[in-house]
Amino acid sequence: MKTLISHKTILFAFLIVIFLLLPKVITSTFYIHTLIMIFYFGYLASCWNLMAGYAGQASLGHSLFVGTGAYTSSFLLMEAGLSPWIGMWIGAFFSLILGLFMGYLTFRYRLKGHYFLLATIAFAEIMKILILNIRTLGGGSGIAIVLKGDPFWQFMFTQKASYYYVIFIMVIGILLLTHFLLQRRAGYYLVAIRENEELAKASGIYVLKYKLIAISLSAILTSLGGTFYAQYICFIDPHSTLGLGVSVDILIPAIVGGIGTLFGPIVGAFVIIPIAEIARSYLGGGTGGIHLIIYGLFLIIVIVFMRTGLVGLLSRLNILKGKV
Amino acid sequence: MFEPSFLIQILISGLTIGAIYALMSAGLTVIYGVMDIIHAAHGEYLMMAMYITFFANSLFGMDPYLSLLLTVPITFGVGVLVFYGLILPVIDEAPAYPMLVTIGISIVLQNLALYLFTADFRMLTLPYFSLKFKFGLLVITLGELIAFAGALAVSLGFYWFLLKTDLGRRIRASSEDREGALLMGINVRRMQAISFGLGTACLGITGPLLTPIYYINPTIGDLFLLRAFVIVVLGGMGNFVGALLGGIIIGVSEVIGTILLPGSLAPIVSFTLFIGFLLFRPEGLFAKK
Repeated sequence: MKTLISHKTILFAFLIVIFLLLPKVITSTFYIHTLIMIFYFGYLASCWNLMAGYAGQASLGHSLFVGTGAYTSSFLLMEAGLSPWIGMWIGAFFSLILGLFMGYLTFRYRLKGHYFLLATIAFAEIMKILILNIRTLGGGSGIAIVLKGDPFWQFMFTQKASYYYVIFIMVIGILLLTHFLLQRRAGYYLVAIRENEELAKASGIYVLKYKLIAISLSAILTSLGGTFYAQYICFIDPHSTLGLGVSVDILIPAIVGGIGTLFGPIVGAFVIIPIAEIARSYLGGGTGGIHLIIYGLFLIIVIVFMRTGLVGLLSRLNILKGKV
Repeated sequence: MFEPSFLIQILISGLTIGAIYALMSAGLTVIYGVMDIIHAAHGEYLMMAMYITFFANSLFGMDPYLSLLLTVPITFGVGVLVFYGLILPVIDEAPAYPMLVTIGISIVLQNLALYLFTADFRMLTLPYFSLKFKFGLLVITLGELIAFAGALAVSLGFYWFLLKTDLGRRIRASSEDREGALLMGINVRRMQAISFGLGTACLGITGPLLTPIYYINPTIGDLFLLRAFVIVVLGGMGNFVGALLGGIIIGVSEVIGTILLPGSLAPIVSFTLFIGFLLFRPEGLFAKK
C-alpha cells in the first residue's frame, strides 16, 4: 500500500514537470489556448465537484460565482485601478456571502434534486438580470478590460504561456486542497452526507454546517476562476459569465471525467474541451452555430453513453488500481 | 393612463398570453409529473412548431391554423423518439442527468435553427389576423381571440382527457404511484413515452396558435421556457389545474409588471417568487395539503 502511494506521487510529480515544460515545446498559440481552456474548465469543474461530488449538492447555478468574481475584480480594476490580484479576493468574499445566502436558504429548507437545481438556476438568473440592468457595470454591453498600468500588477500578460502557468497553479491548488480535505474529518463527513444524509445526521454530524462549508469553499474558488477568465479574455458580459450555458459548461467536464473523483474533472476537461475548441476554431466563424450543434450533440452522447465518467470506466477496467 | 378601457385591454393581452403559457405549462407538468424530468428543451419544440407554421405559410401558402395537421404529429413523433432514444437510458439516474440531456437537445435545436434560419426576427402577418372585434370597451383581434380560445379549449380538453379517459387514468396512475401502477399491469414505460409525446405535442398546438400574434426567432424557446417553469412551480409540479391557473396569473401579472417596472427588470419578480415558492411552498399555490 505504501509503495502504491509513492508510485502515485511519482506519477503526479512527473505529470507536473511535463505540464510545466509544455509551453516551452508548444509554440502554437492555438494549442496553448486550448490547454488554458482545458485547465480553466477543469479547475471550475473541480470547484463544482467539491460541492456536488463530495457533498452531493449538484448546482446548476455556479455561473453566479464566476460572474461575481469576474465582475467584482474587473469593475474595481477599471473604475478604481485596483489590481485584480487583490480584487479577486474581494470578489471571492462577495461570492462567499452569496454562496452562504443561497446555501443557507436551500439547505435549511431542504431543497433536493430538481428543486435544488431549479433554485440555483434562478439565483444565477436573478444576478444576470440585475447586472443587465445596472448601467455602471456596463449593462448588456459588458466590461472591456484594457491595459492602463503595469501589466503584471494588472494581471495581464503578453505571453499566453504566463496565463497557462497561472491557471495550472490554480489547478494544482484545487487538487491538493480537495485531496487534503478528503483526508480530514470534514471530508469524511461530506462523503457521509452525500451517501446518506439522514444517517449522517443520526450519527451526530452537523449536516447544515458541513454543507455550508462545501458551498463556501466551492463559491470562493469558483469566483477566483471568474477573475482569471476576465483577465484572460479581457472582456466580460452578463451572458458569458452568468448565463445558464456557463453553469452547464462547468459541470460537463466533471460528468465526463467522473463526479466525486479527484482527477475526474481534469480528465474530463482533457476529453471535452479540445473537441469544443477545435469545433469552435474550424466552424465557429460564421453566423450560424455549427460548432454549438456539435457541442450539444457531444453533450448528449456523453451523458447518455458515458454517464459513469471516464475515471469510473477506467477503474472498473482495473487500469487504475486502488482508490481513485 | 389607467382608464377602464386601458385596464381591460391589459387584462385581455394578459389573459391571451396567459392561456398560451397555460397550454405550454400543461405539457411541461405532464412530463414532470409522469417522469420526474425537468424538460429543458420544452421551448425548442415551440420554436420548431412556430417555424414549421411560418414556412408552411410563406413557402406553400398554408393557413397557419391548418398547419396544426403538420406540427402536432411532428412534435408528438419527435417527442416519443427522443424519449426512447435519449431519455429512457438516463431516466433512473440522478435528476441532473435527464435534465442535461434535454439541455443538450435544446442547444442542438436552437443552433440548428440559428444556422438554418439566421437570428432574424420573423413575423407572420395575414390580413385576417388583425380583424377587430368590439364588445363594448373591449377590442380584440381575431388572432388573439383564436389563440386565447384555442389554448384554453385544448388545455381543458387535455385535462378532461387525463381525468376521464382510460388512457388518461393510466397516465395519472403512473404519475401518482409508479410501483402501484406496475402492479396493476400498467405498462409504465409506455405511459411515460406517451406522456412525453403528449407533452411535446402541446407545443405543436401552441406553435400555430402563437405564430399569428408573436414574433419568431431561434431563441424564443428560452423566453417561454423560463416562464413555463415559474408557472409549473407556482401551480405545483405535476399539478395540472395548478398549471392552468398559474399560466393565467403569470400572464396577467407579467403584463402589469412590464408597465410598472423599469428596464428589463420584470422577470426578477417572477424569479424571486419562484425561489420563494421552491423554498416555502414547493407543493404550489393550489395544493390541498
